[in-house]
Amino acid sequence: MSDNDIGQRVKKIVVEHLGVDDAKVTDEASFIDDLGADSLDTVELVMAFEEEFGCEIPDDAAEKIVTVKDAVNFIQEHAG
Amino acid sequence: MRRVVVTGMGLVTPLGSGVEPVWQRLLEGQSGVKRIESFDVSDLNAQIAGQVPRGDTADGLFNADDYVAKKDQRKVDQFIVYGMAAAHQAVTDAGWMPDDLDSQERTGVMIGSGIGGLQTINDGAITLHERGPRRLSPFFIPAALINLVSGQVSIRYGFRGPNHSAVTACSTGAHAIGDASRLIALGDADVMVAGGAEAAICRIGIAGFAAAKALSTCYNDRPSEASRPWDKGRDGFVMGEGAGVVVLEELEHAKARGATIYGEVVGYGLSGDAHHITAPPDDGAGGYRAMQSAMRSAGIEPSQIDYVNAHGTSTPKGDEIELGSVQRLLGDAYRDTCMSSTKSAIGHLLGAAGAVEAIFCIKAIADGVVPPTLNLADPSDGCRDMNLVPNYAQERKVRYALSNSFGFGGTNACLILSAPS
Repeated sequence: MSDNDIGQRVKKIVVEHLGVDDAKVTDEASFIDDLGADSLDTVELVMAFEEEFGCEIPDDAAEKIVTVKDAVNFIQEHAG
Repeated sequence: MRRVVVTGMGLVTPLGSGVEPVWQRLLEGQSGVKRIESFDVSDLNAQIAGQVPRGDTADGLFNADDYVAKKDQRKVDQFIVYGMAAAHQAVTDAGWMPDDLDSQERTGVMIGSGIGGLQTINDGAITLHERGPRRLSPFFIPAALINLVSGQVSIRYGFRGPNHSAVTACSTGAHAIGDASRLIALGDADVMVAGGAEAAICRIGIAGFAAAKALSTCYNDRPSEASRPWDKGRDGFVMGEGAGVVVLEELEHAKARGATIYGEVVGYGLSGDAHHITAPPDDGAGGYRAMQSAMRSAGIEPSQIDYVNAHGTSTPKGDEIELGSVQRLLGDAYRDTCMSSTKSAIGHLLGAAGAVEAIFCIKAIADGVVPPTLNLADPSDGCRDMNLVPNYAQERKVRYALSNSFGFGGTNACLILSAPS
C-alpha cells in the first residue's frame, strides 16, 4: 500500500464518520480539536480503521492516535 | 395546583409525519397498515404492520434527514429518531426554543418508550456473538437506552429542567404526559416536552409479540382490514411505530408569552391490575379505576365526556373488557358518548400510542370531529349499543375527551383533556 493510498482511505473514513467537509481533513487535523469528534467518535473511528485495514489497534496505541497523520503512520507500520 | 395546557404537538405515525397531514388522513379513513417489505417476514406468522411512510416532509411523509444529521442517525436507534422528530415538530409548533438559561432550566423533557432500541440490541448481540466484543460500537448502549430520547432532546434545545422517561409498555405515552403535567402542576418545571416513541417493527419484535399470541395473523393478505377493534373478525393487534410529543406548559406561562393553547390536561389517573403479565382481569377493574381516578382529578361528571379514545387494540379479549368498564364508568351517559379506536388505522404504537392518541383527542376537541374506528363491520355481541364511530368520522362537539392506555404488566393510565378555557 502506498502512503498516498492509505492517506486517502483514512480521510474518506473520517469524512464519512464525522460528517465533515473533506477539505478540513488535513494531515495535521485533530479529530477532537479540529473535526468536532467526541471521545466515543474517536473509539468508533479507530474501529473503522481496524475494519478497513484489517489490523488491530490496541487501546494504548489508539489513545495516541490524535490526528489524521497519527492514524496513517500507525497503519503504515502495522497493516498487513 | 397549577393548570397545565398543551401549546405544541408533533406526530410521526404510519399515516405520515406532521399533525395536520396525519389528522386529515385519519379523518378520511385511510389505513397505515401494510405488508412489511423492509425485512424478511416469510417465516413469521404476522407479516403486516403500520410502518412510518418515507418521503418528503412537504408531502406529510417522513424524512429523517430533516430532523437528525445523517452522520448522527447511525448513532441512535430508530425510536430515538422518531422521538427527536416529533419533539422538533412540537417545540417548533409551540415556538418554544428559549436561549436564556432561566427558561431552559424551567423546561424539562419526559419522552418514554415501551421497548427502546430493540433492533439495535438485536444487532449488537449478533455482532458480539459473531465478531466479538472489540467490534461492538461505542454508541451501542446510548443508541438503545430508552431515556436517550429525553437526553437527545435536552441536548439539542438546551432544556435543563427535569429530564425523565416513562417505561410502562403500552401506557408509556399517557404516563409521560400525565406525570410531566404533574411536574408542572407541582412547580418542578414551567414547560415539559412529553410523549412516547417506538420502533419495534423488526424481526425480533414481531416474533416476540407473535410468540405471546398478541398479533393479528389472519389478515396478511388484507393488511388494511387487520386492525378491527370490537369487530367479530378481530384476531389480535397490529404493530405500529412512530412518536407523539406535546409541549405542556403552565397556563399563566403560556398566556404571558401569547402561545396558542390547544387544550388543557385536566385529568390523570393511574392504576395497576395486580392480575396477569399480559391479560386484563375479566371485569376490567384496573382500567376502570384509572378512569375513575382521572375523572375525580378532573372534577367532572360522566355526562361531560363526549369522546373516549379507547385503548382498543383489536384483541379478542381486551376490547370488550374495556368497553364494559367504560360503560360502567359513564353509567347511562354512555349512550351519548362516542368511543373510537384510532389503532384501527395506525396499529398499536406501543409506548408512543398514549401520546399519539392524546394528540388525536386534542384535535377532536379543536375541530369538533371524532375519528373513526375502521373495519367495524360486525360488532361483537355486547358492543352494539354504544356509538363506536364505525368507519366514518363524525362531527361532534367535544368538551372533554378521555384517552385510555393499558400496558403489559397490568399498568393503566387515563388522561382527560379539555378545550382551553
